[in-house]
Amino acid sequence: MPKITVPLGPQHPALKEPGNFMLILEGEEIVDATLRLGYNHRGIETAAESRNFVQATYLIERVCGICSHAHATCYVTNVEHIAGLEVPKRAQAIRVVVGELERIHSHLLWLGVAAHEIGFDTLFMYSWRDREHVMDALETISGNRVHYSMNTIGGVRRDISKEDLDEILKKLSVLEERTKYYIKLATQEPTLHARTKGVGMLPTKEALKRDACGPLARASAIARDVRKDDPSLVYNQLDFKVITSDSCDVFGRLYVRVFEILESVKILRQVLPYLPEGPIAVKTPPKIPAGEWVTRYEAPRGEDVHYVKSDGGTNPARVKVRAPTLANFESVAYMLKGDQLADAPLIIAAIDPCFSCTDRATLVRGGSSNVELMKDLRTRAIEYYKKKGIDFSKVS
Amino acid sequence: MKSIRKQVAAWARTSSPWAIHFNSGSCNGCDIETVASLTPRFDVERFGVMLHGTPRHADILIVTGAISKQQQDRLLRIYNQMSNPKFVVAVGACAAGGGVLQGCYGVLGGVDKLIPVDLYVPGCPPRPEALIDGIVKLLGGIKGGK
Repeated sequence: MPKITVPLGPQHPALKEPGNFMLILEGEEIVDATLRLGYNHRGIETAAESRNFVQATYLIERVCGICSHAHATCYVTNVEHIAGLEVPKRAQAIRVVVGELERIHSHLLWLGVAAHEIGFDTLFMYSWRDREHVMDALETISGNRVHYSMNTIGGVRRDISKEDLDEILKKLSVLEERTKYYIKLATQEPTLHARTKGVGMLPTKEALKRDACGPLARASAIARDVRKDDPSLVYNQLDFKVITSDSCDVFGRLYVRVFEILESVKILRQVLPYLPEGPIAVKTPPKIPAGEWVTRYEAPRGEDVHYVKSDGGTNPARVKVRAPTLANFESVAYMLKGDQLADAPLIIAAIDPCFSCTDRATLVRGGSSNVELMKDLRTRAIEYYKKKGIDFSKVS
Repeated sequence: MKSIRKQVAAWARTSSPWAIHFNSGSCNGCDIETVASLTPRFDVERFGVMLHGTPRHADILIVTGAISKQQQDRLLRIYNQMSNPKFVVAVGACAAGGGVLQGCYGVLGGVDKLIPVDLYVPGCPPRPEALIDGIVKLLGGIKGGK
């Protein structure tokens, strides 16, 4: 049978963001897949170097609109470590509150998008309706629905009042009840099972080899969660489970995310009523002493890694962002192989891809006179991954 | 006679304006608010607006985000594929003029650097209510023959 190449994207109804997947088909079956990124590359890391440390916080927040708090927290934690600032306990707790609310909103959003991809639009409307409760809670705390701008270097910008707290706790009860309904749906609805079970298989061994992270890794039975492995903020004092599934398919990813909503509700119940008393921020000097730091943070999509370097001035000397989706893309290329064309949008959606997070800088080294060619960089990368047993040579 | 034909056309256009959503390098904030405006609490479908996958079926192009240099050719191509009359809505501060990403080396700037824009919805990101207000204003403009 002749092989046909079908491009998916950069503009495609199934993709909400620009990314390109070249699917090589034999009949309806995908035999190979390559992906191409960079359509959303804006140059935020370079832009951060031309802003001062505080301004860069709000720029870094706009790396991604869905997990904006995760990126901002990661960045400010770096700067606080370099400057040697002690963040007040209350600010740390508020960061956890916003972070967990963000996780709930992101997982409900994913549930809707995944349901839309399998043609289950009723579930899409249901989950997005329930998501509005979280959006209300976030708006109550921060004043905005999407970019919360809660973080500042040395703490948070807004406090949570007693009245707001009660309102949020009430919303959590509604959410918990609705999540239980989704759990019932996920475990009992035959149409969901038919479209998700056995689709986009990623065995544990392959997931480990490809450095999968977040819910994708946890759905392949890898109990990897930065909140447990390398706890920051107040996570080490909280009682929560790392949800895993050993089904290794799209159904497992659905299972993990739905149960994680319940865990987030559990965390919020442990933090919200017992917010420590005290200030919400400490004063920050405009100049940050020279130094560098790396922070990991469990964003809704997985492990988010930020690196910040300061040379003692008012602006960061270097900011590097490694978003979770980038780590998961190699797994997507693997998962697509052997599946049907009709399942491709669902498999891509199953990692909850975020292209705006992913499309980071590539090549410039030492100014315009000494630019490293993309070609050389590519050759080096292919050799590096060959040693690990992964063939990138077909990726264009 | 001509004016009646115009009136009928305007009535048809304002009753079922189909939209296509194009992400030209957005951070996703405006995208999720655009999708949120389609869902039960806001429900922009009340005004006949439906999101469609193909530019050939669409009347309104909703562009989110500052235009990244990788996306500019694609945006132009999609704009040219749409049939007349077509309307462009720039959603968010970045689409309006680059916003926080103004001056980044990978960013061209606001949408109006590339294609004519009929309506700007400001905000970072604009609330779904703002988006609905914008679309209703656009429909009013279409009705008035603008």
